[in-house]
Amino acid sequence: MSVATETTARSVEKYRVTRSRRNVAWTGLGALVVVVVLALFPYIVYSGTTSIMVQAFIVLTLASMWNLLAGYAGLVSVGQQAFVGLGAYFVLILNIHSISMFTALPVAAVGCGVAALPMWWLVSRLRTGYFAIATWVLATTVLLIIEKFPSIGGGTGMSLPHTPNNGTALLEADTYWIGLAVTVLSLVTVYLLLRGRLGLVLTAIRDDEVAARSSGARVGLARMLVFVVAAIGCGAAGALLAISQLIVQPSAVFSVQWTAVMAFAVIIGGLGTIEGPILGTIVYIILQQTLASYNAWYLIILGLVAMVVALFARRGLWGLVDDHLHIRLFPVGYWLWAPGSGGRRLRGVSPRRGGRHS
Amino acid sequence: MAWVNDIIQGILTGGLYALFACGLSLMFGVMKVVNLAHGDLAVIGGYIAVGVITVTHIPVLWSVVIVVPLMALLGYVLQRTVIQASLDRSILTTLLVTFGLSVVIENGLLQFVNADSHSLGVGNAIITSSFSIGSQITIAYLLLLIFVVAVVVLLGLQYFLSVSKYGRLIRAVADDKEAAQLSGVDYRHVFGIAAAIAFGTVALAGIAYGMYSQFSPTTGTDTILLFAFAAVVIGGLGSLWGTLLGGVVLGVAQEIGAQINASDQLLAGYIVFLAVLAFRPQGLTTRRAQS
Repeated sequence: MSVATETTARSVEKYRVTRSRRNVAWTGLGALVVVVVLALFPYIVYSGTTSIMVQAFIVLTLASMWNLLAGYAGLVSVGQQAFVGLGAYFVLILNIHSISMFTALPVAAVGCGVAALPMWWLVSRLRTGYFAIATWVLATTVLLIIEKFPSIGGGTGMSLPHTPNNGTALLEADTYWIGLAVTVLSLVTVYLLLRGRLGLVLTAIRDDEVAARSSGARVGLARMLVFVVAAIGCGAAGALLAISQLIVQPSAVFSVQWTAVMAFAVIIGGLGTIEGPILGTIVYIILQQTLASYNAWYLIILGLVAMVVALFARRGLWGLVDDHLHIRLFPVGYWLWAPGSGGRRLRGVSPRRGGRHS
Repeated sequence: MAWVNDIIQGILTGGLYALFACGLSLMFGVMKVVNLAHGDLAVIGGYIAVGVITVTHIPVLWSVVIVVPLMALLGYVLQRTVIQASLDRSILTTLLVTFGLSVVIENGLLQFVNADSHSLGVGNAIITSSFSIGSQITIAYLLLLIFVVAVVVLLGLQYFLSVSKYGRLIRAVADDKEAAQLSGVDYRHVFGIAAAIAFGTVALAGIAYGMYSQFSPTTGTDTILLFAFAAVVIGGLGSLWGTLLGGVVLGVAQEIGAQINASDQLLAGYIVFLAVLAFRPQGLTTRRAQS
């Protein structure tokens, strides 16, 4: 066979593009098994464990939203506590009007999404660091306004007045299941958004904003969508916080500490990967539980680790896993297979996310 | 007359806010770094002053001579290490790292010092006394002093940047650091110098705030950083005199808010800030905004 015909034969064989290097059917199945096992937790573990898990659900939901903002859209918001607080207060307000706190959760989340629109109009005028501080000022302003209403607790806060009275065990289990549902829904939403057109636009913006704009990508719209989705997610987490604590205190729910927690979990786990926030949340919960008796120490350690990771291992813990094993639990990029390469990878075009500028 | 007094108090407090904003503005103008740990560093300046005064028993105002150089040195070192390293990676990294620094400093102070409030110069005659004009207007010497210091610092910076050799270098690297590098300027060193100056003003701001009011570990973010930022945005990004005007507008808004209802002081300031952001995002002094 001549060289020429061999080349022709090769070009007939197509390049293949897949979502991941490895088959992801098993990861989907694995995720399903994990969710089912987690759903059975209230039957098999102590209530102390489920309440820690609820904290983990709150942090994971917040972290995956912050990851969407900072890791994919390049929007470093330091004011996400605005939506945590608003979510909690929406639950309180609805509960005062005798609406069950579990029914109030989705309403609170949507309410936060609506509230995010005027806020976006204000803060989108600023970029990078000034955007960050503007969101912070906005969160503080929302707190100051809410504190002016004594009917919802004023500056001290109040307990949810209408809590279900069919036993603590059932209440805790219900809270746990709602928390699990919120978290799974958040992760699935982020995954589907990034897999779709929005993910493509965000990747284009990250690589070259001017080129993306000139190719017709609606940059402003994409960023706004991300901001609103993140507000809904953080609002749901805030509502979950109110449900799990049964009390809403303004300084606690509007604390900038929430943003610190979500940012650190994302940075340590891996900014710009869907898997990163999961790992980061695990690290956070372990540190927080072990160092709980040493006050602020866990935040100091987390902050220092996050700084080191941001400087020296930009893709975080999940980046290390990915570099060695090429695993994507939630593949949103693409993998290019050369013709005839069989099982061998020729070139990975999986997007390496971790910030717009490089 | 009460309103006149409020406006005068607001203008003078604006000097303090302009002093807060100076370092933030300078670091953004030169390095394009928005230092989210800005306020916490000012609080560190305040704590160092408390420490220096407790140990040496020098008068409060003299603590400036020790604290400002110390903070300037810290600024140079931080810029040459952590901040430069994050700048080399991306703007996003500078935000992540300075936010991390902010949280670490705040919680570190809570852990190692305590959550108590401190203040500087209680019992010092210059700091606590005031004089009156007519029956309604009372001006504290301290506020007047802070305002004068703020104006002197802004004038000095303006003069330094436009006339001196280092000022020229700073403007050169701010414009185009690669071109400056090609002309034989070590831009990293110049960044370090700019950071040292910025941190010097941060130290002044911390001490001034300590004399004006009480500070605790959380003052850095919930007061100094946010006020500084509001002053910068109201005045217009990248303009030193705009910063002073921004500080004054914020100060007056807060005083008027406090006059309406004592608890509305902060809210009034932020509402003016949001209004400027909504209707005049380039700031009050007309310059090309945005970076």
